[in-house]
Amino acid sequence: MAAVNFTLNGHPQTVDAVPAMPLLWVLRDTLGMTGTKFGCGMSLCGACTVHIDGQPQRSCVTPISAVAGKKVTTIEGLSPDRSHPIQMAWIEEDVPQCGYCQSGQIMTAAALLSKTSNPTDADIDEAMRNNICRCGTYEDIRRALHRAAELKRAGGAR
Amino acid sequence: MNRRNFLRSSAAAAGGLLIGCYLPERRRLSADTAAASNKLNAWVLVGNDDTVTLYIHKAEMGQGTVTSLSMLLAEELECDWSKIRTEFPGVDRAYGGFQGVVGSQSIRSSYNSLRQAGASAREMLVEAAAQKWGVDKSACRAEKSTVVNTASGARLTYGSLAEAAAKLPAPANVALKDPSQFKIVGKSMKRLDTPGKVDGSTTFGIDVRLPNMLYAVVERCPVFGGTVASFDDTKAKATPGVKSVVKISNGVAVIADSTWAAMEGRRKLVVQWDEGKVAAFSTPGITQAFADAVAQGGAPPARTVGDAAAALAGAAKKLDAVYQTPYLAHAPMEPLNCTAWVRPDGVEVWVSTQMQSGAQQIAAQKSGLPAQKVQIHTEYMGGGFGRRGGVDYIGEAVEVAKSAGVPVKVTWSREDDMRHDTYRPASYCRFAGGVDAEGWPVAWTASIACPSFAGANTSTEGVRDMAYTVPNFSVDYHNVDPGIPVSYWRSVGYSQNTFFAESFLDEMAHAGGKDPVEVRRRFLAKNPRLLATLELAAEKAGWGKPLPAGWGRGVSVVNNIGSNTVQIAEVSVAKGKVKVHRVVCAVDCGAVVNPAGVAQQIASGIAFGLSAALKGGVTIKNGRVEQGNFDRYDVVRIDEMPNVEVHIVPSQAASGGIGEASTPGIAPAVCNAIFAATGKRIRQLPIRPEDLA
Repeated sequence: MAAVNFTLNGHPQTVDAVPAMPLLWVLRDTLGMTGTKFGCGMSLCGACTVHIDGQPQRSCVTPISAVAGKKVTTIEGLSPDRSHPIQMAWIEEDVPQCGYCQSGQIMTAAALLSKTSNPTDADIDEAMRNNICRCGTYEDIRRALHRAAELKRAGGAR
Repeated sequence: MNRRNFLRSSAAAAGGLLIGCYLPERRRLSADTAAASNKLNAWVLVGNDDTVTLYIHKAEMGQGTVTSLSMLLAEELECDWSKIRTEFPGVDRAYGGFQGVVGSQSIRSSYNSLRQAGASAREMLVEAAAQKWGVDKSACRAEKSTVVNTASGARLTYGSLAEAAAKLPAPANVALKDPSQFKIVGKSMKRLDTPGKVDGSTTFGIDVRLPNMLYAVVERCPVFGGTVASFDDTKAKATPGVKSVVKISNGVAVIADSTWAAMEGRRKLVVQWDEGKVAAFSTPGITQAFADAVAQGGAPPARTVGDAAAALAGAAKKLDAVYQTPYLAHAPMEPLNCTAWVRPDGVEVWVSTQMQSGAQQIAAQKSGLPAQKVQIHTEYMGGGFGRRGGVDYIGEAVEVAKSAGVPVKVTWSREDDMRHDTYRPASYCRFAGGVDAEGWPVAWTASIACPSFAGANTSTEGVRDMAYTVPNFSVDYHNVDPGIPVSYWRSVGYSQNTFFAESFLDEMAHAGGKDPVEVRRRFLAKNPRLLATLELAAEKAGWGKPLPAGWGRGVSVVNNIGSNTVQIAEVSVAKGKVKVHRVVCAVDCGAVVNPAGVAQQIASGIAFGLSAALKGGVTIKNGRVEQGNFDRYDVVRIDEMPNVEVHIVPSQAASGGIGEASTPGIAPAVCNAIFAATGKRIRQLPIRPEDLA
């Protein structure tokens, strides 16, 4: 066990954990933040995607020791009130069905939008193709991502 | 920081007492006895603050049931849609003796009963208002969560009437609205469950947290049906965080203070298995057993029309074909899991399940307590697709929790989920067909071999019950079961048999030099609804219009779960790869509750069926599943999703199902389109590059 200090959704966080314990399980079991989902455990499905220093990363294969000193953002910290353009667009377009993969979809989409303000379909394919949805919400995700880009432009940078 | 995050961080700071705060709001509401006294019937509770709580006795796996059943209730209740909240109640006889979501039944089984429940509650509120005003009920009208006194214009809110209304007897024989008066039903409504699914606050089964809860994983025999011979848990028990190791009927459970610790402990277990007889089976041998059974013949017929053998003998042109499909895993995004707390006086189970009634029964059986001592907490499902209609994982969790004395959450890894599934059966079908001198099919025989969990019915559906009036037809069925567990998989037997039948009909059409839509038209002439659905799809898809070189269109017709769907796929094939560009789907599912929900489910079913057509396949080696994760069991990705156009046939006929409507038709529509594009006939799924080269 070792103490790891990092920033979680804008606040300092300390956890005492086995260094190899994946960030996913620290979030879910130790900290009770269950918005980040377990899907495959092998970085194959994207359900566990969080931002580490602004980059989308798979928390299921990220040992807690690797986030020491870094800024981690989870779905719970994306906005305080579902006001991130991606969340607003996801609500407008009613994207989720079962919803289980959507935390990961949203975190991946938010990262895309932060670096590409007006993503093309090809940009979306490239960024999103490693996030699996078994309900097949892909067309809604694509539409919502384009809509989120519009909302972001209309509301200024975020 | 919002309230939820605030609660989380303060609880985390308190250390260990993480609980309570994370319980879904609905359970806190249940504890509110003042509000509970305002329950008007099993489905409707009106709070003093005007919130309306609707108890959804089914379950939500993405199919939109929470929203569509709320619409049925709210339509007659005349409540303010923006003030609705929903809860999943426990298992209760008040809901008719069966609670579960299987067979795309939720709307069909609730269309009238939930409107009745909403109307009955509304009448109680109106009666309470009439008594308060001292006027006749006929002078009162309900609208948007208020009762209006039509003489004076006075209004009383539902919240102010709820307590009095709850004391009134439920009225008998409440008149339901004429559909022409509907304000909600039949309109596209936003899903009620979206907000919690975009901020991480929705609690799925896997997210349940309880005071003193422990976490477990189970090492199961890699061979189906195998049992534990012996095990050494010395190193597992020495793993940090591991609390105990227990043998259960199907394996060895490691119980720890986190999921990760349990997984780490499990890796250090040493288990010797008695593998049992399924270890003798591998996919090539299973396929051979299917082929042998069909070659041997002599299976009882599942349906016979006319004299297919005689018609075949006299046909101008004959064709034969063998079609095959593999076992398939369900692979819902939320791996199986279940949380159970077994106490001497009762059992509580928190689980994402399609089968609440069965959950209660298995928990009673495994705990030795009567069913009325078992409380089932229905959680949102991260996908079900039929897998969560099984209760094996629930019984297993109860077994694990029995030894612990505290709540235990059993989580399956992705590999556990994929290797201990109850699979869509692998299947094998040999067809013979004959066309007459004018090119029309006149004879069609089918012989199917596959394992079954429900006899010939589910094993031949999609062939046996086709709507086509082919004059001479027969199908027989051989139950060949190597012991791999099989069960319901979205659309069940149609998932393979529709691929077989709609592909072979296409073969017969081409053999006779006929247009595939024209052949279907001929044999659907006596089925006006299906024919109209076909015509709508053909028109919207531009059937017969030119396409670029290397492209093709394919059609499929399906009549399942009380609904009709016709799909026309547009594909292109290049360098051994198929790209599905567009799918037009016309659907007649009778009276529609939520058109937006229908469109979602059509696209969803297509994505599910397309994954199976292009990629899906579970193979067996020495009784073990070879695939374990999404690297070897791939599914359709965003860049492979076709543009799906849904066209709903307006109808006031009885509602059909929708969740499984579009899954069967996509594989044959795509494969028929591949034939149109390339002349290559796909007779085995998933489609392999060599089949297209």
